[in-house]
Amino acid sequence: MALDRKIAYINLSTSKIETKPIPIEIRKKFLGGRGLDAYLLYNHAPQGCDPLGPDNPLMISGGILTATCASATARTHIMAKSPLTGLLGSANMGGFFAPEMAWAGFHHLVITGKAKSPVYIWIHNGSIEIRDAAYLWGKSTTETQWAIREELGDEDIKSAVIGQAGENLVRYANVMTGIKNAAGRTGMGAVMGSKNLKAVAVRGTMDIKIAHPVDALEYNKKFIDGITSAKVNSTQGALGTPFIWGATNSWGGLRTRNFQYNQMEYADDIEPERLDEIATETMGPYHMSGCFGCQVHCRAQYKIPSGLYAGKYDEGPEYTSQGAFGAEPDCRKAETVLTGNHLVNQYGVDNLEIGSLIAWAMELYELGIITSKETDGLDLRFGNDEALLEMVHRICLRKGWLGDVLADGGIPASEKIGKNSFEYLIQVKGMSNLHSDERGTPGLALNIATASRGSDHLRSRPAIDLYHLPEKVMRRIYSNPIPYEGPLSSEHTDYEGKPWQVFWHQNCYMAVDCLGICKYHTVFLGATLPNFEDWPKVIYYNTGLEFTPVELWEIAERCNNLERLFNLREGLTRNDLIKGDTLNHRYFDEPTRRGAPDVVGRTIDRQKFKKMVDEFYNHCGWDKKGVPTSETMQRLGLNQEPSHLL
Amino acid sequence: MEKVLTVDYQKCTGCRLCELVCSVMHDGISNPARSRIKIVKWEEEGQYVPMICQQCEDAPCKNVCPVGAISRDVDYGFLSIDHTLCIGCRSCVSVCPFGAMNYNQVDKKVFKCDLCGGQPQCVRFCDMKAIDFVPADNMTTKKKRFAATRLFASQKHAAAIQEQIQPIGQTG
Repeated sequence: MALDRKIAYINLSTSKIETKPIPIEIRKKFLGGRGLDAYLLYNHAPQGCDPLGPDNPLMISGGILTATCASATARTHIMAKSPLTGLLGSANMGGFFAPEMAWAGFHHLVITGKAKSPVYIWIHNGSIEIRDAAYLWGKSTTETQWAIREELGDEDIKSAVIGQAGENLVRYANVMTGIKNAAGRTGMGAVMGSKNLKAVAVRGTMDIKIAHPVDALEYNKKFIDGITSAKVNSTQGALGTPFIWGATNSWGGLRTRNFQYNQMEYADDIEPERLDEIATETMGPYHMSGCFGCQVHCRAQYKIPSGLYAGKYDEGPEYTSQGAFGAEPDCRKAETVLTGNHLVNQYGVDNLEIGSLIAWAMELYELGIITSKETDGLDLRFGNDEALLEMVHRICLRKGWLGDVLADGGIPASEKIGKNSFEYLIQVKGMSNLHSDERGTPGLALNIATASRGSDHLRSRPAIDLYHLPEKVMRRIYSNPIPYEGPLSSEHTDYEGKPWQVFWHQNCYMAVDCLGICKYHTVFLGATLPNFEDWPKVIYYNTGLEFTPVELWEIAERCNNLERLFNLREGLTRNDLIKGDTLNHRYFDEPTRRGAPDVVGRTIDRQKFKKMVDEFYNHCGWDKKGVPTSETMQRLGLNQEPSHLL
Repeated sequence: MEKVLTVDYQKCTGCRLCELVCSVMHDGISNPARSRIKIVKWEEEGQYVPMICQQCEDAPCKNVCPVGAISRDVDYGFLSIDHTLCIGCRSCVSVCPFGAMNYNQVDKKVFKCDLCGGQPQCVRFCDMKAIDFVPADNMTTKKKRFAATRLFASQKHAAAIQEQIQPIGQTG
């Protein structure tokens, strides 16, 4: 049974390893994956602990459906206190790691302490061993994975690893598995590095009994047919996420030259169709690949066509790399995007964060806030492809003054650079914004301002807002499973009704993250995709646990509130420019300069934004300061937290 | 009509859904170690190859079996194991040149592809049709058309290039 997968506590200081079953009562309250991780973080992280200290617990998990007969249960979730933000650290990756961990007998790992020298954790069919990783230190993410396979003599081992960025405690280093699957945000790789933990390797052949196999199989088929027939997913399956980048750029929703523009000009060479051409030329007509059990296959394969790294194989790029190495630094060559993508995958660092910070430094350089003295002679102007890639090396290896400073993240860097550099830093809660520009889309702006892990689109973004859906369709989506009769607007430039949409998506994405499935299998980009009505059936067929859609919604609310409680405990306050639910002043003060007629010339209205946040808090059951009210705590059964049941 | 499984490895996305549904269909259990199909990968090169039982005509597994437990299904032509006769010596596992005869250490039984009794689930779930179930008499038709398309396209491309190239001596 999926439900008999265990939790393991691994203390790297003492080498003590303890395994426990996960009680069914806990499952019913938090399911698994990100939700249960939030419970573990709130219970195990001492208040105010040093994110890079031994007390910070690192959770690695699969969802409750991981490796069952549901579609795309590939997601691995990683949580800890973030060394980048000092708040919630949470990141999620696809690939094949979590299913393999489930077949090895585990759904959740809680890793504490710090090893004296580099180690990796080896988990195989119920047994856990801490092994020497001295020979792996200094290796890239893929080199590490292949070396572990060779050492243990099994090609089917899956590993979650860090690269040199994690070893060097770059505060936004990520954890990676496979070629490009990355638990990218909030610096979970630096937490691993701080523990001297190079990798977690798993291999399992233990049965996961399906509660109702025939129903599970048939429902999965129906589910997959629905998913692959959605136009958005067939497009994803052909072009990957770059297609979103192309669409977003066409109407003016892309951060360009840090935050100077909202649309990239002369981008022909990095448009999705061009990238697809390169993939076809280098890998053949069938160059899309998929994560475990997923028929969307949104991950392109390619070889770098030219330049210093010509011929190197990699996967992607995701639209984030097009932002990080394309629009934000205003570099227009496919070679640069594909090389940058390869470098971040090899070093193991968050492409969004590194691209955003380099673009910020480029703006500072052009403004004269930093000079060639700080850049050690590097001509860090916008559009300088070589300088961009050189900065990637410098940051990951902490070389040079600026490389070392930027490796600590935007907020500490702005303190060291000084002057008014902070004003140009596009961040929320200390984490850089992704590559999109939300000035024309208030709903999306509210999403990044209030997302639990800092500026982020995968926590609550009502991305389907951009489709101008008929109100009838919106009502159907947003009144399920909880009735909603307030305003809803098909217009993405409106402020009305957006707080409810953001609240709804916050719960939807939390539910998905607890199940361990991919967001492309839900109402993220496709309005017709699975929803709260479908998941209880999938859970029942696979695990035998029964939930109503409303119960599932409540679980999502509960887990979101736990994340909120953690953030509040670690210092989040509503209007704080660093640790708050706010946006950089440029969202309010600088009108967009490019884009479609309904986007150009827009800013976010301060008063209306404040009203949206108020409304959003109200939907969440939080007071005006963003603190869960006692009724909310009571209703969700959180007033005993931390309850230390696991 | 006899049908056979065909593999076009270029189309495989490596998602391993086939492994999952194979084990669920046969055993009600999710476990690739129980799957009859396996995706062998070269991840560093992005190559994935689905490995299946070829249901060989002159089948080593059938030939080696000391108790005659392996026979050919009259309706669908696949090789099937009679577990009432099987003594569990695993000789068939040893001789299979494709590694398609498997051994389950929990049930202590050998197992192999039985085409799901005529409706292979791997094919049903494979959106890319990297694995397909086709009539044995025209199993290469699709492949021929695909290869011909490429040939046709490149010949057109070559012709176009030739038109552009001016013979030496005629320039300037």
